[in-house]
Amino acid sequence: MIRLFANANYDFIKWRRWAYLLTALMIVPGLVELAIRGINYSIEFTGGTMLQVRTHQVVETGVLRSALDVAGIKGAEITTFGSDSEFQIRARLGTQATGPGGGSEATAAAVDRALTAKLGAGTYTIVDHQAVEPKVGRELQGKAFLAIVFSFVVTLAYLAWRFEWRFGLAAVIATAHDILTTISFLVLMRLEVSLVVVGAVLTMVGYSLNDTIIIFDRVRENLRKYRRQNLYEILNLSINETLPRSVLTHGTTMATTLALVFLAGEVIRPFAMVMTFAIFTGTFSSIYIAAPILMYIEKRWPGQDARGARAYGVKQPQATT
Amino acid sequence: MKTIRSRLITIAVALGISIWALFPKNEARRVRDAQTGLMKDTVERQVPVNLGLDLRGGVHLALEVDQSKAPVADCADAIRRAERVVRTRINEFGTTEPVVQVVGNCRLIVELPGESDPARARDIIQRSAFLEFRIVDMKNEFRDAIPAIDQALHQAGVKGPGQGAASAVSKLFGDTSKSKGADTIGASILGSLLQTGTMPGEFFLPEEQRPYVDSLIKRPEVQRLIPRHLELRWDAATEVRSARAYRALYAVESRPMITGEYLTKAVAQRDPLTNQSVVNFTLSHRGGRIFYDETGKHVGDYMAILLDGQVQGQPPVIRSQIGAQGQIELGSKPLVEANDLALVLRAGALPVPLTIVAERSIGPILGADSIHDGIRAGVVGVVLVILIMVIYYRVSGLIAVAALTLYVALTLGGLALFGFTLTLPGMAGLVLSVGIAVDANVLIFERIREELQHGKSVRLAVDEGFQHAMSAIVDSNVSTWLTAAILYLVGTGPVQGFAISLMVGIVASMITAVFAVRTFFMIWLQRRPDLTTLSV
Repeated sequence: MIRLFANANYDFIKWRRWAYLLTALMIVPGLVELAIRGINYSIEFTGGTMLQVRTHQVVETGVLRSALDVAGIKGAEITTFGSDSEFQIRARLGTQATGPGGGSEATAAAVDRALTAKLGAGTYTIVDHQAVEPKVGRELQGKAFLAIVFSFVVTLAYLAWRFEWRFGLAAVIATAHDILTTISFLVLMRLEVSLVVVGAVLTMVGYSLNDTIIIFDRVRENLRKYRRQNLYEILNLSINETLPRSVLTHGTTMATTLALVFLAGEVIRPFAMVMTFAIFTGTFSSIYIAAPILMYIEKRWPGQDARGARAYGVKQPQATT
Repeated sequence: MKTIRSRLITIAVALGISIWALFPKNEARRVRDAQTGLMKDTVERQVPVNLGLDLRGGVHLALEVDQSKAPVADCADAIRRAERVVRTRINEFGTTEPVVQVVGNCRLIVELPGESDPARARDIIQRSAFLEFRIVDMKNEFRDAIPAIDQALHQAGVKGPGQGAASAVSKLFGDTSKSKGADTIGASILGSLLQTGTMPGEFFLPEEQRPYVDSLIKRPEVQRLIPRHLELRWDAATEVRSARAYRALYAVESRPMITGEYLTKAVAQRDPLTNQSVVNFTLSHRGGRIFYDETGKHVGDYMAILLDGQVQGQPPVIRSQIGAQGQIELGSKPLVEANDLALVLRAGALPVPLTIVAERSIGPILGADSIHDGIRAGVVGVVLVILIMVIYYRVSGLIAVAALTLYVALTLGGLALFGFTLTLPGMAGLVLSVGIAVDANVLIFERIREELQHGKSVRLAVDEGFQHAMSAIVDSNVSTWLTAAILYLVGTGPVQGFAISLMVGIVASMITAVFAVRTFFMIWLQRRPDLTTLSV
């Protein structure tokens, strides 16, 4: 029988300051980058025109760019998409080629004409084409924002019902931490934020909350079971007891998300990368953020479970089972 | 024993329903015949899982009422009326399972799975298809008004087309411009641009002058001088004469003799002799009578056929009274175009103009690639999960894998049964939920291991393992389900697909990981009552 981390007895809480430092090293550069460069929104959110072109022969990005420049479509973003013969072209609305009143449709047609002129008709295929008016993009931004706020309120209400407020607050702070690290991840990796990626972030919120709930569930149980131990020990004990489960579940989930990252194709990759990162940060935050924050909250506003929380920071005796 | 049997029956029924839901079924479909361009019904046998546009390829359009020219008071009502017309048109369009749906207050979503020609889709949906018959200016009242109009334009400070441009034209087209000069009426602005045609009220001008002339005739001082009962209308197409494109402008009566609202039938045909495309139409009984009376008053006159304000072809002369039958000539245009025109005429005119606010067209190659990659990732992901579970939990792991198989069947069955659409993010959601689904089993098995370690008997450890793991399982599933539900409510298209997959997946995993695995354990323990150690 294989047993991973069975009867583990690590002092997780002791390492909390290192954990804070580590997470700050992730979040701060991300937020700086966010302030400087902003989020790389997909055209669903910004409005504009996107064409995904598959050429039958390998073509240099520069060739496509000069084709568009000649046609007067300036400032288009051209990136390869998965291979050397697949490109994503993002063009703004109302370029020179279409006139200021040119809608997204006219822009797409202009790009198509420019490519035909340069590469010749029939040497490429437009496999995906998306055109969004800025108005619709703004609406979607509003919707996505609403979804995030909504899911926060609902999960908060659920936590409030399931746990007393100190546990709930700690779980919410851990979740907020996950969102911050994920935004940093998105910005630092220059991933394109589409509605599907927002969906991944929200799912991740649910998933990371799960993890925190499972540890807190055990904390609650152990507080009742071991009347004589203090909170510091109970937290460590609970994390250690749930460790095999965490390792196994994150292992299986990670196996599926990694399969998606490497095998499910370019379209779904940003989504899968966010999910993979989310599993990592969710696990990290349940152990190193949620539990120490709970300690801190119990110290500041002691509840009936605050046993020994005031003494935290002092070298604690090892937890025993 | 009894409980085991009823549990097994429940599992068997759930599995049976799922397999039945996934069994390939015969479905009647309307498809467009490639040769004739007409619709026909066929029967196809296929697995009844709806694939989203991102997997099948197709065109997605979001339309709104175009208020740029004239604001619409009640756009919710306008979009509902437009929806009816668009739906009728789309049902004849030739794609299977098209979606026409009003979302929000005044937006219309049209989805055409499998369609690869977005331009044609746009044209059919946005065309207002307003058909009118109007008598042309038989008394040449507009032509007689041109000198007065030119004078008014002079007074308004409008210069002619410009000497430079005119001389450049005459250099290029030396001969034609001379002969044109003989035809022109008067020597000023409109008079010099418009050549009279062969019938009253008909004028020709070089195509490149059209925007300029169009801007002139829209000026208020010109509009004031056009006889009140007349309007100017452009021809829909250009005509090539001596290697030069000309556009016809017609002065027609403002009052239509009859409009397309009386039209009951429209069929496209190709004249085998002339090889010209035509649309034959039939008017209703009442419309036929009106048309008969009206044409009776105008025998010998020319009648312009207008579609969306543009004249279709050269106006024919009315030789005798026309009843309920008529024909629109489209010249050498392909039959497909004639078919599309017949289609929009049948469906009726669009009550309000529509504008496209978002469009997506996905090629079938991309969709096929996505399915292929998605399945590959799914298979690899599931195999990895199975390996981890069996290696780590051995016999219990095998039980979990059996439950996982059941889980996949239930999820896919659930998607098929409720007619949910599977999208690419939806496939990702399914793969992901396989990883999450085993979480419940992991929680239970770890709990059983702990109970065994505390020295409890196998039977007791299994019972308590399930019991104690329940609260954590319920909590984690409820919170994930809630976020998925919010995503479904707020999201669109592919994201909704993801949310649906996740929600169905969570429900299925609760059933299989808890109920089914419990049942399998019960059977196992009953078969081996002497069990002192558990392979977990």
